[in-house]
Parts: sequence; structure tokens; C-alpha cells
Amino acid sequence: MSGKGFLAILKLDLFQTLRTRGFWLYSLLFGGFVAYMFMSGITESQIIGFVGLGRLLVTFMQVCIVIIPIYVLITVVRSIVGDKENNVMEYMLSLPVSFNSFFWGKLFAKFIVIYTPLLLSLVLSIIWGSFLKLSVPWEFFWLYSGLLASMVFCFLGIGMFISVYTRSQELAVSSAFVIWLVLVAFIDLLLMGMMLKLRMNPDLVISLGMINPLQVFRVGVLVLFDPKLTTMGPVAYYILDTVSRTAYIAFAIGYPILLGLLFAMLGARRFRSKDVI
Amino acid sequence: MIETVIKKPVIRAEGLSKSFNKQKVLRDLSVDFNEGDRIALVGQNGAGKTTLIRCILGQYVYDGKLEVLDRNPRKERVIILKDVGFVPQIPPPLKITVQEMLAFFSNLCNVPVDDFVTIAERLGLKVKESFSKPFVALSGGMKQKLLVSFALGKQPKILLMDEPSANLDPAAREMFFSYLAEYNKEALLVLSSHRMDEIKGLVNRVVEMDFGNIILDENIKR
Repeated sequence: MSGKGFLAILKLDLFQTLRTRGFWLYSLLFGGFVAYMFMSGITESQIIGFVGLGRLLVTFMQVCIVIIPIYVLITVVRSIVGDKENNVMEYMLSLPVSFNSFFWGKLFAKFIVIYTPLLLSLVLSIIWGSFLKLSVPWEFFWLYSGLLASMVFCFLGIGMFISVYTRSQELAVSSAFVIWLVLVAFIDLLLMGMMLKLRMNPDLVISLGMINPLQVFRVGVLVLFDPKLTTMGPVAYYILDTVSRTAYIAFAIGYPILLGLLFAMLGARRFRSKDVI
Repeated sequence: MIETVIKKPVIRAEGLSKSFNKQKVLRDLSVDFNEGDRIALVGQNGAGKTTLIRCILGQYVYDGKLEVLDRNPRKERVIILKDVGFVPQIPPPLKITVQEMLAFFSNLCNVPVDDFVTIAERLGLKVKESFSKPFVALSGGMKQKLLVSFALGKQPKILLMDEPSANLDPAAREMFFSYLAEYNKEALLVLSSHRMDEIKGLVNRVVEMDFGNIILDENIKR
């Protein structure tokens, strides 16, 4: 992979995305949501003793759990297969750009355009909170910035993988939706139900839950706000008995990145070894 | 005494085959395209012209042997493509502006922006007036002129053009053909076209394809 080709594709994809209405709508949605939360007085409401900016950030992250994975998947799965369908790929790959530069350049451009508005929304909340003289929970800010980066990268890798393997945008979007539904379905309520019904080994069930990046992200969001994970019920005992809080945070950030990287690498391998059009 | 000029093959295919879902699109094709050849690659839709061009560009995996500039187009794609100019039949719907596109090509191909601009203006495109327009918003002819200027501006050893004049107005077409006629005589030109009458004054060899193979290959005098 050449640095020049990678940067050229990254820049091209960034410029392309900045010219889409979808990107600005997405950025406004998250920025607007932060503004709306301040205006609705959420910083003054209380949950398990938590008020202020911490409360706002947790709510922001809860919304992200729902929106971000499906948004990333739907946006990214159309990337490679869409370029194939509309002749962008034929032309771009007639230029001296390696397959790896093309693939990774697009991936990192998508990371920047998806992650930056989220990070800016967090920064906006800190600035607005400081202006209102609320105490700034920096621990939350750093953890949530890391968790969001990790989750975006994870679903980006999965999305690129699907995009390489599918033959049409319709099929890619349907596959993305099915994957998202499966992951959402396996968030702990279903997991607990399954455990009770099948009388399965709890360790096995929890391990299954912990390979779901959505579940990992959700627990990661709660672990600062609710250190004993009381809102999660009995699952919390298994998790916190097995690993320390710090170890879990490292896992919650590291594991989705590795998972995304694995899928992206498999996608890149397929991309460079098969017909690209 | 008759002097025989031996031309160096630039593209060499031996037993080249390509299938999609068990359907053979290129069938055991063998051919040499040599330096200085100006080839009209003709044939009906589905004859295999575009597939052959995409194999040369390293975009398809194929069976058999294919060498472009003595290299393997799959394994050494990037090196080969530095010396290849390509004009597609359908322009890509890029949303970036003309100015950004010029900067992109200039950076990637190490060619000054002015070189592309000069060619595009010779073809009748007022580049500076279109700087801020998204490429996708240009008319078909304007897009084609810009893509032709990118392909020619690289001064490539191989020029592959898939219906390059389809969207050009008569004046631009005339200018384009006169530009090609003057273009580096050592270079290989492959013009894929349905309109043989239009390009016959420009080429010195006609290669006709059908059912994935070459059914006619003859040199013509200009």
C-alpha cells in the first residue's frame, strides 16, 4: 500500500462525503440532540444519584447505541458495492492506486466523517456545560470518546466486509440490517431469557453476550455511571466478578477495534484477490 | 530490399480466458498489441472488448497469460498503470469539483495541473469557468473532455479508450482526433468503438472480437 495512493483516496472520499446532504443531516442530528438535551433540562434530572453533564453524556451514549451501528452499517455497506455499480471503481482503479490503498483509504475516510460529528457533539456538550458552570466529568468524556471511536471502527470493518462480499446495494443493505437485528436481539434481556429457559452454563451465556460488540459497548457506557452495573441485573455479577472495572474498560475499547480490524482485513483480502468490478 | 520493422509487444495475451458464473466471456484469446499500434477494437455488445480492457487494467482475475509492458497486470498493477491512460465509456458520477479533481490527478500522476488544463481547453472545455462545479453536474461532453485530458496529460505509453468520442460534439471530436493523430507515435492506442467509420482515419490496425475471441486482425494503410 502506498502512502500517496492511500491519502489521495482518503481525501477524495472525504470531499465526496462532504458534498452529500446525508452527512450534514447526520452532523446536525447529533449536534442538535445535544442542544435539545440542554434545553430540555436533562442536566437537572437525576438517575441513580447522577445529575449534570454526566447524566447528559450517558443519555447521549444511550442514543448512540441505537443509532450509530445501523447508521454506520447502512452508510458503509454501499461503499464498495456502490462504487462498482456506478462505474466509480472502474475508473478509480484504472489509476495507479493499489487495491489496498483504495480499500483502506475509503475505510479511514468513512471513519473520519462518521466519528468527527460524534466527537464534536461531545465537545459541544462540554463547552455548553462549562458555560452553564456545570462540573465537567472528564473521565466520562475520555471514556465515551474512546468507546464511540471503537464502536464506529467495529461496524465500519463489518460494513466494509459486507460491501466487498455482496453483489448489489440492495443485498448489502439487507445483510446489514439482519446483522444489526441479530446483535440488538442479543442484548442482555434476550440473553437472560435464553439462560433461564435452557438452563445453560451462565459463563457460556455471558461469554456469548460479550462477543456482541453492542453489548460490550452498552456495558462500557454504564460502567462509569453505574459502577456496580445494578441497572443490568444479575449479569453484572458475572462480569464484575470475572474482571476488574479497568480491565473491562480496556476490553470494551480494544475488543470492538480488533473485531472491526479483523473484518476489514478479511474484506481487504477478498477485495484484492477477486474481480474488483 | 524489403525492410521489416519488428515492433515490440506492449500487451501480450496467450490463451487468455475469463468466465463469469461459468459463462466464458474471453475464450483462449491470444494476441499481441505492439508499440506504435493504433488499434480499433471493434465488435458487438458482449463480444468481450470491455472485459479484455479490464483484464489489461488488472481489474479482473483471469486464466492464461497476460503481460502488459512485460509485467503481470494483477501483481504489478500500480507500476503498469503509471503508463496507462484510460477513458471509460461511462464517466464516474463524482461529486468533487473540477478543481479538486484536477488536484487529485495532478497529485496522483505527478503531472502539473496546467498540462491537463491545456489539453482540456484545446478540446474546447473552459476549465477555469468550471472550477467550482461538481464533476457530476457537467454535461456529458464536458465530462468526456476532462477525462480525455486526464488520460492524455499523463503522456502514457498505452492509451485505452472505451467509446471516447461518444459524448463529444463535432468540433470537440475533430479536435480530439487531431490530438490523437499527433500523439506519441511510439505509444499504443486502443480505441474501442462501435463506429468504425469515425475512427478508421486514425488507426493502422483493426481487431474485431466476437464471442470472446478475435475474429479479424488486420493492418490497414492510412
